[in-house]
Amino acid sequence: MSNIDTTTIATSKKSDFLVFAIFFSIIIIVNAILLGSGHLKWGLEGVGIMMGAAFTISLYSFLYKDNPLFKMAEHFYVGVATAYLIIVTWYSVILTDVIYAFRDLTKAPFSSSVFWQMVAIILPTLIGLLVYTRIIPRFAWMSKITFSIIIGFGSGLAIPNLINAYILEQAKPSMTALWTSAGGFEWNAIIVFIGVISTLIYFFFSLEHKGAVGATAKVGIWFLMVSFGASFGFTVMARFSLLIERVNFLFHDWIPLIK
Amino acid sequence: MNFLKKTLPLILAFVSGWLAITLEYIPHQNSEATMASLTKGLIIIGAITAFMGIYGLFSLHYLKIKRRSEGWGYSTLVIAGFMIMTAFGIYNNGAFMFQPQVEAGGISWIYEYIFNPCQATMFSILAFFIASAAYRTFRAKSLEAGILLVAAIIVMFGKVPIAGLVSEHIPEVAQWLLDYPNMAVKRAIFFGVALGGISTALRIIFGIERSYLGGE
Repeated sequence: MSNIDTTTIATSKKSDFLVFAIFFSIIIIVNAILLGSGHLKWGLEGVGIMMGAAFTISLYSFLYKDNPLFKMAEHFYVGVATAYLIIVTWYSVILTDVIYAFRDLTKAPFSSSVFWQMVAIILPTLIGLLVYTRIIPRFAWMSKITFSIIIGFGSGLAIPNLINAYILEQAKPSMTALWTSAGGFEWNAIIVFIGVISTLIYFFFSLEHKGAVGATAKVGIWFLMVSFGASFGFTVMARFSLLIERVNFLFHDWIPLIK
Repeated sequence: MNFLKKTLPLILAFVSGWLAITLEYIPHQNSEATMASLTKGLIIIGAITAFMGIYGLFSLHYLKIKRRSEGWGYSTLVIAGFMIMTAFGIYNNGAFMFQPQVEAGGISWIYEYIFNPCQATMFSILAFFIASAAYRTFRAKSLEAGILLVAAIIVMFGKVPIAGLVSEHIPEVAQWLLDYPNMAVKRAIFFGVALGGISTALRIIFGIERSYLGGE
Protein backbone atom coordinates (compact mmCIF):
# COMPACT_ATOMS: atom_id res chain seq x y z
CA MET A 1 0.00 0.00 0.00
CA SER A 2 1.41 3.39 -0.96
CA ASN A 3 2.05 6.21 1.52
CA ILE A 4 -0.76 8.28 -0.04
CA ASP A 5 -3.30 5.45 0.50
CA THR A 6 -2.20 4.97 4.11
CA THR A 7 -2.53 8.72 4.77
CA THR A 8 -6.00 8.81 3.15
CA ILE A 9 -7.25 5.87 5.27
CA ALA A 10 -5.80 7.40 8.45
CA THR A 11 -7.53 10.73 7.68
CA SER A 12 -10.83 9.02 6.88
CA LYS A 13 -10.62 6.99 10.14
CA LYS A 14 -10.12 10.23 12.08
CA SER A 15 -13.04 11.93 10.37
CA ASP A 16 -15.23 8.82 10.87
CA PHE A 17 -14.42 8.87 14.58
CA LEU A 18 -15.28 12.57 14.73
CA VAL A 19 -18.65 11.98 13.02
CA PHE A 20 -19.50 9.16 15.46
CA ALA A 21 -18.41 11.26 18.46
CA ILE A 22 -20.52 14.28 17.41
CA PHE A 23 -23.56 12.16 16.50
CA PHE A 24 -23.61 10.11 19.68
CA SER A 25 -22.98 13.22 21.81
CA ILE A 26 -26.01 14.95 20.25
CA ILE A 27 -28.16 11.83 20.62
CA ILE A 28 -27.16 11.43 24.29
CA ILE A 29 -27.83 15.12 25.07
CA VAL A 30 -31.24 15.12 23.32
CA ASN A 31 -32.27 11.87 25.02
CA ALA A 32 -31.10 13.19 28.40
CA ILE A 33 -33.27 16.29 27.92
CA LEU A 34 -36.25 14.15 26.87
CA LEU A 35 -35.80 11.84 29.87
CA GLY A 36 -35.33 14.82 32.18
CA SER A 37 -38.46 16.56 30.90
CA GLY A 38 -40.43 13.36 31.45
CA HIS A 39 -41.44 12.95 27.80
CA LEU A 40 -39.55 9.66 27.56
CA LYS A 41 -39.74 7.08 30.33
CA TRP A 42 -36.66 5.05 31.19
CA GLY A 43 -37.57 1.48 30.26
CA LEU A 44 -37.80 -0.90 27.33
CA GLU A 45 -40.18 1.37 25.40
CA GLY A 46 -38.18 4.52 26.07
CA VAL A 47 -34.86 2.93 25.12
CA GLY A 48 -36.54 1.42 22.06
CA ILE A 49 -37.71 4.86 20.89
CA MET A 50 -34.21 6.27 21.44
CA MET A 51 -32.63 3.42 19.46
CA GLY A 52 -35.23 3.70 16.70
CA ALA A 53 -34.62 7.44 16.41
CA ALA A 54 -30.82 6.97 16.28
CA PHE A 55 -31.13 4.35 13.53
CA THR A 56 -33.65 6.45 11.58
CA ILE A 57 -31.44 9.57 11.65
CA SER A 58 -28.34 7.51 10.79
CA LEU A 59 -30.06 6.03 7.74
CA TYR A 60 -31.47 9.38 6.61
CA SER A 61 -27.96 10.85 6.76
CA PHE A 62 -27.41 9.08 3.43
CA LEU A 63 -29.51 11.82 1.83
CA TYR A 64 -26.52 14.13 2.35
CA LYS A 65 -23.95 11.59 1.12
CA ASP A 66 -22.58 8.15 1.91
CA ASN A 67 -21.12 8.44 5.39
CA PRO A 68 -19.96 6.31 8.35
CA LEU A 69 -23.26 6.79 10.25
CA PHE A 70 -25.26 5.34 7.38
CA LYS A 71 -22.78 2.49 6.95
CA MET A 72 -22.98 1.69 10.66
CA ALA A 73 -26.80 1.53 10.69
CA GLU A 74 -26.96 -0.25 7.34
CA HIS A 75 -24.50 -3.00 8.36
CA PHE A 76 -26.21 -3.59 11.70
CA TYR A 77 -29.58 -3.72 9.93
CA VAL A 78 -28.25 -6.32 7.45
CA GLY A 79 -27.12 -8.52 10.36
CA VAL A 80 -30.44 -8.15 12.19
CA ALA A 81 -32.52 -8.71 9.03
CA THR A 82 -30.57 -11.87 8.11
CA ALA A 83 -30.97 -13.26 11.61
CA TYR A 84 -34.69 -12.41 11.57
CA LEU A 85 -35.14 -14.31 8.28
CA ILE A 86 -33.33 -17.31 9.72
CA ILE A 87 -35.39 -17.22 12.94
CA VAL A 88 -38.66 -17.04 10.99
CA THR A 89 -37.50 -19.93 8.77
CA TRP A 90 -36.57 -21.98 11.83
CA TYR A 91 -39.82 -21.50 13.74
CA SER A 92 -42.26 -21.51 10.82
CA VAL A 93 -40.77 -24.25 8.62
CA ILE A 94 -38.00 -26.33 10.19
CA LEU A 95 -39.55 -26.63 13.65
CA THR A 96 -43.16 -27.00 12.49
CA ASP A 97 -42.92 -28.91 9.21
CA VAL A 98 -39.83 -31.01 9.91
CA ILE A 99 -39.14 -31.56 13.63
CA TYR A 100 -42.69 -31.45 15.05
CA ALA A 101 -44.21 -33.21 12.02
CA PHE A 102 -41.64 -36.03 12.24
CA ARG A 103 -42.03 -36.31 16.03
CA ASP A 104 -45.81 -36.65 15.65
CA LEU A 105 -45.37 -39.35 13.01
CA THR A 106 -43.06 -41.41 15.23
CA LYS A 107 -45.79 -41.40 17.91
CA ALA A 108 -48.48 -42.58 15.44
CA PRO A 109 -49.03 -46.35 14.83
CA PHE A 110 -46.88 -47.47 11.88
CA SER A 111 -48.66 -47.84 8.52
CA SER A 112 -47.83 -47.33 4.85
CA SER A 113 -49.39 -43.84 5.02
CA VAL A 114 -47.17 -42.91 7.97
CA PHE A 115 -44.15 -44.36 6.15
CA TRP A 116 -44.77 -42.21 3.05
CA GLN A 117 -45.38 -39.15 5.20
CA MET A 118 -42.02 -39.78 6.86
CA VAL A 119 -40.39 -40.11 3.43
CA ALA A 120 -42.02 -36.80 2.45
CA ILE A 121 -40.15 -35.17 5.35
CA ILE A 122 -36.84 -37.06 5.30
CA LEU A 123 -36.22 -36.86 1.53
CA PRO A 124 -36.51 -33.06 1.14
CA THR A 125 -34.48 -32.63 4.33
CA LEU A 126 -31.65 -34.74 2.90
CA ILE A 127 -31.89 -32.99 -0.47
CA GLY A 128 -31.73 -29.65 1.33
CA LEU A 129 -28.73 -30.73 3.39
CA LEU A 130 -26.87 -31.65 0.19
CA VAL A 131 -26.41 -27.94 -0.48
CA TYR A 132 -23.93 -27.79 2.43
CA THR A 133 -21.51 -29.92 0.41
CA ARG A 134 -20.54 -26.61 -1.22
CA ILE A 135 -18.41 -25.97 1.86
CA ILE A 136 -16.17 -28.93 0.90
CA PRO A 137 -14.88 -28.29 -2.66
CA ARG A 138 -14.39 -32.00 -3.41
CA PHE A 139 -18.09 -32.75 -2.86
CA ALA A 140 -19.45 -29.40 -4.03
CA TRP A 141 -20.97 -30.98 -7.16
CA MET A 142 -23.58 -32.70 -4.95
CA SER A 143 -25.22 -29.33 -4.27
CA LYS A 144 -26.20 -29.24 -7.96
CA ILE A 145 -28.70 -32.00 -7.20
CA THR A 146 -30.52 -29.68 -4.77
CA PHE A 147 -30.41 -26.73 -7.16
CA SER A 148 -31.62 -28.80 -10.12
CA ILE A 149 -34.62 -30.09 -8.14
CA ILE A 150 -35.53 -26.63 -6.81
CA ILE A 151 -35.14 -24.97 -10.20
CA GLY A 152 -36.74 -27.83 -12.16
CA PHE A 153 -39.76 -28.20 -9.88
CA GLY A 154 -40.10 -24.43 -9.59
CA SER A 155 -40.06 -24.09 -13.38
CA GLY A 156 -42.66 -26.84 -13.70
CA LEU A 157 -44.88 -25.11 -11.14
CA ALA A 158 -44.38 -21.74 -12.82
CA ILE A 159 -45.84 -22.83 -16.18
CA PRO A 160 -49.44 -23.62 -15.07
CA ASN A 161 -49.35 -20.74 -12.58
CA LEU A 162 -48.28 -18.24 -15.26
CA ILE A 163 -50.91 -19.56 -17.67
CA ASN A 164 -53.61 -19.24 -15.01
CA ALA A 165 -52.68 -15.97 -13.33
CA TYR A 166 -51.08 -13.99 -16.16
CA ILE A 167 -52.96 -15.20 -19.24
CA LEU A 168 -56.38 -16.72 -18.46
CA GLU A 169 -57.20 -14.54 -15.45
CA GLN A 170 -56.10 -11.42 -17.34
CA ALA A 171 -57.80 -12.31 -20.62
CA LYS A 172 -61.17 -13.09 -19.02
CA PRO A 173 -61.95 -9.59 -17.65
CA SER A 174 -60.56 -8.02 -20.84
CA MET A 175 -63.23 -9.72 -22.95
CA THR A 176 -66.36 -8.31 -21.37
CA ALA A 177 -69.25 -6.83 -23.42
CA LEU A 178 -68.42 -3.43 -24.93
CA TRP A 179 -72.08 -2.64 -25.52
CA THR A 180 -75.24 -3.87 -23.81
CA SER A 181 -78.86 -3.23 -24.77
CA ALA A 182 -79.63 -2.10 -21.22
CA GLY A 183 -76.64 0.14 -20.51
CA GLY A 184 -75.40 1.15 -23.98
CA PHE A 185 -71.67 1.55 -24.45
CA GLU A 186 -69.50 0.29 -21.60
CA TRP A 187 -66.84 2.99 -21.80
CA ASN A 188 -64.52 1.54 -19.20
CA ALA A 189 -64.58 -1.86 -20.94
CA ILE A 190 -63.84 -0.10 -24.25
CA ILE A 191 -60.87 1.73 -22.68
CA VAL A 192 -59.50 -1.54 -21.27
CA PHE A 193 -60.04 -3.32 -24.61
CA ILE A 194 -58.29 -0.59 -26.62
CA GLY A 195 -55.52 -0.35 -24.02
CA VAL A 196 -54.78 -4.09 -24.02
CA ILE A 197 -54.87 -4.47 -27.83
CA SER A 198 -52.84 -1.32 -28.61
CA THR A 199 -50.19 -2.11 -25.97
CA LEU A 200 -49.86 -5.68 -27.25
CA ILE A 201 -49.45 -4.34 -30.79
CA TYR A 202 -46.78 -1.90 -29.59
CA PHE A 203 -44.80 -4.88 -28.20
CA PHE A 204 -45.38 -6.95 -31.37
CA PHE A 205 -42.25 -6.47 -33.43
CA SER A 206 -42.89 -9.07 -36.16
CA LEU A 207 -44.85 -6.44 -38.09
CA GLU A 208 -43.35 -3.10 -39.09
CA HIS A 209 -44.98 -0.25 -37.17
CA LYS A 210 -46.41 1.51 -40.23
CA GLY A 211 -49.93 2.48 -41.31
CA ALA A 212 -52.75 1.07 -39.16
CA VAL A 213 -50.31 -1.00 -37.07
CA GLY A 214 -48.14 2.07 -36.46
CA ALA A 215 -51.16 4.19 -35.50
CA THR A 216 -52.39 1.50 -33.06
CA ALA A 217 -48.88 1.15 -31.62
CA LYS A 218 -48.85 4.94 -31.12
CA VAL A 219 -52.05 4.66 -29.06
CA GLY A 220 -50.32 1.83 -27.18
CA ILE A 221 -47.45 4.21 -26.31
CA TRP A 222 -49.96 6.75 -24.93
CA PHE A 223 -51.54 4.05 -22.78
CA LEU A 224 -48.09 2.96 -21.62
CA MET A 225 -47.23 6.54 -20.67
CA VAL A 226 -50.48 6.91 -18.69
CA SER A 227 -49.75 3.62 -16.93
CA PHE A 228 -46.13 4.52 -16.16
CA GLY A 229 -47.18 7.93 -14.87
CA ALA A 230 -49.96 6.47 -12.71
CA SER A 231 -47.69 3.72 -11.36
CA PHE A 232 -44.98 6.29 -10.65
CA GLY A 233 -47.42 8.55 -8.81
CA PHE A 234 -48.78 5.64 -6.81
CA THR A 235 -45.26 4.46 -5.84
CA VAL A 236 -44.21 7.98 -4.85
CA MET A 237 -47.24 8.37 -2.60
CA ALA A 238 -46.64 4.95 -1.00
CA ARG A 239 -43.04 5.95 -0.23
CA PHE A 240 -44.13 9.33 1.05
CA SER A 241 -46.60 7.71 3.43
CA LEU A 242 -43.65 5.78 4.88
CA LEU A 243 -41.70 9.03 5.11
CA ILE A 244 -44.60 10.72 6.92
CA GLU A 245 -44.73 7.80 9.36
CA ARG A 246 -40.99 8.16 10.04
CA VAL A 247 -41.23 11.94 10.48
CA ASN A 248 -44.16 11.40 12.84
CA PHE A 249 -42.03 8.92 14.80
CA LEU A 250 -39.13 11.38 15.06
CA PHE A 251 -41.15 14.50 15.86
CA HIS A 252 -44.02 13.01 17.85
CA ASP A 253 -42.91 9.77 19.49
CA TRP A 254 -39.31 10.89 20.07
CA ILE A 255 -39.15 14.71 20.17
CA PRO A 256 -42.64 16.12 20.94
CA LEU A 257 -42.81 18.81 18.27
CA ILE A 258 -45.98 17.55 16.53
CA LYS A 259 -48.96 17.55 18.87
CA MET B 1 -18.37 -38.89 -12.45
CA ASN B 2 -19.20 -36.69 -15.43
CA PHE B 3 -22.69 -38.23 -15.41
CA LEU B 4 -23.20 -37.35 -11.74
CA LYS B 5 -21.87 -33.82 -12.10
CA LYS B 6 -23.48 -32.77 -15.38
CA THR B 7 -26.12 -35.18 -16.67
CA LEU B 8 -27.85 -36.16 -13.41
CA PRO B 9 -28.79 -32.55 -12.46
CA LEU B 10 -30.27 -32.05 -15.93
CA ILE B 11 -32.27 -35.29 -15.67
CA LEU B 12 -33.52 -34.29 -12.21
CA ALA B 13 -34.57 -30.84 -13.44
CA PHE B 14 -36.38 -32.46 -16.39
CA VAL B 15 -38.16 -35.08 -14.27
CA SER B 16 -39.13 -32.72 -11.41
CA GLY B 17 -40.28 -30.06 -13.90
CA TRP B 18 -42.53 -32.45 -15.81
CA LEU B 19 -43.76 -33.97 -12.56
CA ALA B 20 -44.93 -30.54 -11.39
CA ILE B 21 -46.68 -29.79 -14.71
CA THR B 22 -48.32 -33.22 -14.92
CA LEU B 23 -49.55 -33.23 -11.32
CA GLU B 24 -51.01 -29.73 -11.74
CA TYR B 25 -53.11 -30.83 -14.72
CA ILE B 26 -54.39 -34.15 -13.32
CA PRO B 27 -57.67 -33.42 -11.50
CA HIS B 28 -57.50 -36.33 -9.05
CA GLN B 29 -57.29 -36.32 -5.26
CA ASN B 30 -54.11 -38.46 -5.27
CA SER B 31 -52.47 -36.05 -7.67
CA GLU B 32 -53.52 -33.09 -5.53
CA ALA B 33 -52.25 -34.77 -2.34
CA THR B 34 -48.90 -35.60 -4.02
CA MET B 35 -48.64 -32.03 -5.28
CA ALA B 36 -49.30 -30.64 -1.79
CA SER B 37 -46.69 -32.98 -0.34
CA LEU B 38 -44.10 -32.07 -3.00
CA THR B 39 -44.76 -28.35 -2.59
CA LYS B 40 -44.23 -28.68 1.16
CA GLY B 41 -41.05 -30.63 0.41
CA LEU B 42 -39.88 -27.78 -1.79
CA ILE B 43 -40.54 -25.31 1.06
CA ILE B 44 -38.49 -27.55 3.40
CA ILE B 45 -35.61 -27.69 0.91
CA GLY B 46 -35.74 -23.90 0.53
CA ALA B 47 -35.77 -23.41 4.31
CA ILE B 48 -32.79 -25.69 4.86
CA THR B 49 -30.79 -24.07 2.05
CA ALA B 50 -31.56 -20.61 3.49
CA PHE B 51 -29.14 -21.38 6.33
CA MET B 52 -26.39 -21.65 3.71
CA GLY B 53 -26.76 -17.88 3.37
CA ILE B 54 -25.32 -17.46 6.87
CA TYR B 55 -22.19 -19.28 5.78
CA GLY B 56 -21.86 -16.97 2.77
CA LEU B 57 -22.46 -13.83 4.84
CA PHE B 58 -20.11 -14.89 7.62
CA SER B 59 -17.27 -16.03 5.35
CA LEU B 60 -17.41 -12.69 3.48
CA HIS B 61 -17.31 -10.55 6.61
CA TYR B 62 -14.92 -12.85 8.48
CA LEU B 63 -12.39 -12.49 5.64
CA LYS B 64 -12.81 -8.70 5.71
CA ILE B 65 -12.15 -8.63 9.45
CA LYS B 66 -9.25 -11.11 9.23
CA ARG B 67 -7.52 -9.14 6.46
CA ARG B 68 -8.34 -5.80 8.10
CA SER B 69 -9.77 -4.68 4.72
CA GLU B 70 -11.15 -1.16 4.39
CA GLY B 71 -14.39 -0.89 6.39
CA TRP B 72 -13.74 -4.08 8.37
CA GLY B 73 -15.22 -2.39 11.44
CA TYR B 74 -18.62 -2.31 9.74
CA SER B 75 -18.34 -6.08 9.15
CA THR B 76 -18.16 -6.57 12.91
CA LEU B 77 -21.49 -4.73 13.14
CA VAL B 78 -23.10 -7.17 10.68
CA ILE B 79 -21.92 -10.08 12.80
CA ALA B 80 -22.91 -8.30 16.04
CA GLY B 81 -26.42 -7.56 14.71
CA PHE B 82 -26.78 -11.15 13.57
CA MET B 83 -25.48 -12.62 16.84
CA ILE B 84 -27.68 -10.43 19.07
CA MET B 85 -30.85 -11.19 17.09
CA THR B 86 -30.01 -14.90 16.84
CA ALA B 87 -29.29 -15.10 20.57
CA PHE B 88 -32.74 -13.68 21.34
CA GLY B 89 -34.21 -16.04 18.73
CA ILE B 90 -32.63 -19.08 20.37
CA TYR B 91 -33.55 -17.86 23.87
CA ASN B 92 -37.16 -17.45 22.67
CA ASN B 93 -38.15 -15.52 25.78
CA GLY B 94 -37.09 -18.40 28.03
CA ALA B 95 -38.78 -21.17 26.04
CA PHE B 96 -35.69 -21.86 23.87
CA MET B 97 -35.55 -22.84 20.23
CA PHE B 98 -37.36 -26.20 20.31
CA GLN B 99 -40.61 -24.69 21.60
CA PRO B 100 -42.98 -22.66 19.37
CA GLN B 101 -41.95 -19.04 18.88
CA VAL B 102 -43.02 -16.70 21.68
CA GLU B 103 -44.18 -13.35 20.29
CA ALA B 104 -42.57 -11.35 23.09
CA GLY B 105 -39.22 -10.53 24.66
CA GLY B 106 -36.00 -9.38 23.02
CA ILE B 107 -36.83 -10.53 19.52
CA SER B 108 -40.10 -8.56 19.45
CA TRP B 109 -38.30 -5.55 20.91
CA ILE B 110 -35.58 -5.61 18.23
CA TYR B 111 -38.22 -6.18 15.58
CA GLU B 112 -40.31 -3.23 16.76
CA TYR B 113 -37.56 -0.73 17.55
CA ILE B 114 -34.72 -1.62 15.17
CA PHE B 115 -35.82 -3.86 12.31
CA ASN B 116 -39.10 -2.06 11.54
CA PRO B 117 -37.74 1.54 11.76
CA CYS B 118 -34.71 0.61 9.62
CA GLN B 119 -36.87 -1.10 7.01
CA ALA B 120 -39.38 1.76 6.83
CA THR B 121 -36.56 4.34 6.67
CA MET B 122 -34.74 2.46 3.90
CA PHE B 123 -37.93 2.31 1.81
CA SER B 124 -38.85 5.92 2.53
CA ILE B 125 -35.37 7.11 1.42
CA LEU B 126 -36.51 6.06 -2.04
CA ALA B 127 -39.14 8.83 -1.94
CA PHE B 128 -36.33 11.41 -2.12
CA PHE B 129 -34.54 9.65 -4.95
CA ILE B 130 -37.76 9.21 -6.92
CA ALA B 131 -38.56 12.90 -6.40
CA SER B 132 -35.09 13.98 -7.55
CA ALA B 133 -35.22 11.60 -10.52
CA ALA B 134 -38.65 13.00 -11.43
CA TYR B 135 -37.34 16.56 -11.24
CA ARG B 136 -34.58 15.70 -13.70
CA THR B 137 -36.63 13.57 -16.11
CA PHE B 138 -40.15 15.01 -15.99
CA ARG B 139 -39.83 17.53 -18.77
CA ALA B 140 -42.79 17.69 -21.09
CA LYS B 141 -40.55 17.69 -24.18
CA SER B 142 -42.93 15.53 -26.22
CA LEU B 143 -46.59 14.48 -26.20
CA GLU B 144 -45.69 11.13 -24.60
CA ALA B 145 -43.64 12.77 -21.84
CA GLY B 146 -46.52 15.23 -21.26
CA ILE B 147 -49.04 12.39 -20.88
CA LEU B 148 -46.75 10.66 -18.37
CA LEU B 149 -46.29 13.89 -16.43
CA VAL B 150 -50.02 14.68 -16.29
CA ALA B 151 -50.93 11.11 -15.25
CA ALA B 152 -48.33 11.14 -12.48
CA ILE B 153 -49.42 14.55 -11.19
CA ILE B 154 -53.11 13.55 -11.15
CA VAL B 155 -52.40 10.31 -9.24
CA MET B 156 -50.00 11.98 -6.78
CA PHE B 157 -52.37 14.88 -6.13
CA GLY B 158 -55.43 12.61 -6.07
CA LYS B 159 -53.92 10.53 -3.29
CA VAL B 160 -53.59 13.38 -0.77
CA PRO B 161 -56.58 14.56 1.31
CA ILE B 162 -56.39 18.17 0.02
CA ALA B 163 -57.31 16.97 -3.49
CA GLY B 164 -60.77 16.03 -2.26
CA LEU B 165 -61.21 19.53 -0.82
CA VAL B 166 -60.24 21.17 -4.14
CA SER B 167 -62.57 18.97 -6.17
CA GLU B 168 -64.19 15.65 -5.35
CA HIS B 169 -63.48 14.52 -8.94
CA ILE B 170 -59.68 14.60 -8.61
CA PRO B 171 -59.43 11.49 -6.36
CA GLU B 172 -62.00 9.76 -8.59
CA VAL B 173 -59.98 10.52 -11.75
CA ALA B 174 -56.78 9.33 -10.03
CA GLN B 175 -58.46 6.06 -9.06
CA TRP B 176 -59.95 5.70 -12.56
CA LEU B 177 -56.48 6.09 -14.11
CA LEU B 178 -55.19 3.32 -11.84
CA ASP B 179 -58.20 1.04 -12.38
CA TYR B 180 -58.67 1.23 -16.15
CA PRO B 181 -55.90 2.59 -18.45
CA ASN B 182 -53.21 1.39 -16.00
CA MET B 183 -54.88 -2.00 -15.62
CA ALA B 184 -55.20 -2.41 -19.40
CA VAL B 185 -51.46 -1.84 -19.87
CA LYS B 186 -50.61 -4.14 -16.97
CA ARG B 187 -52.70 -6.90 -18.55
CA ALA B 188 -50.86 -6.53 -21.86
CA ILE B 189 -47.51 -6.58 -20.03
CA PHE B 190 -48.60 -9.65 -18.02
CA PHE B 191 -49.23 -11.53 -21.29
CA GLY B 192 -45.63 -10.81 -22.30
CA VAL B 193 -44.30 -11.72 -18.85
CA ALA B 194 -46.21 -15.01 -18.96
CA LEU B 195 -44.87 -15.93 -22.40
CA GLY B 196 -41.32 -15.02 -21.34
CA GLY B 197 -41.65 -16.94 -18.07
CA ILE B 198 -43.08 -20.02 -19.76
CA SER B 199 -40.34 -20.08 -22.40
CA THR B 200 -37.62 -19.69 -19.72
CA ALA B 201 -39.21 -22.46 -17.63
CA LEU B 202 -39.30 -24.75 -20.68
CA ARG B 203 -35.66 -23.93 -21.48
CA ILE B 204 -34.71 -24.96 -17.92
CA ILE B 205 -36.77 -28.17 -18.01
CA PHE B 206 -35.29 -29.21 -21.37
CA GLY B 207 -31.74 -28.42 -20.22
CA ILE B 208 -31.15 -25.57 -22.71
CA GLU B 209 -30.77 -23.01 -19.91
CA ARG B 210 -28.06 -24.28 -17.53
CA SER B 211 -26.77 -21.13 -15.86
CA TYR B 212 -28.17 -22.28 -12.49
CA LEU B 213 -25.62 -25.12 -12.60
CA GLY B 214 -22.75 -22.66 -12.61
CA GLY B 215 -22.66 -21.93 -16.32
CA GLU B 216 -21.67 -25.47 -17.35
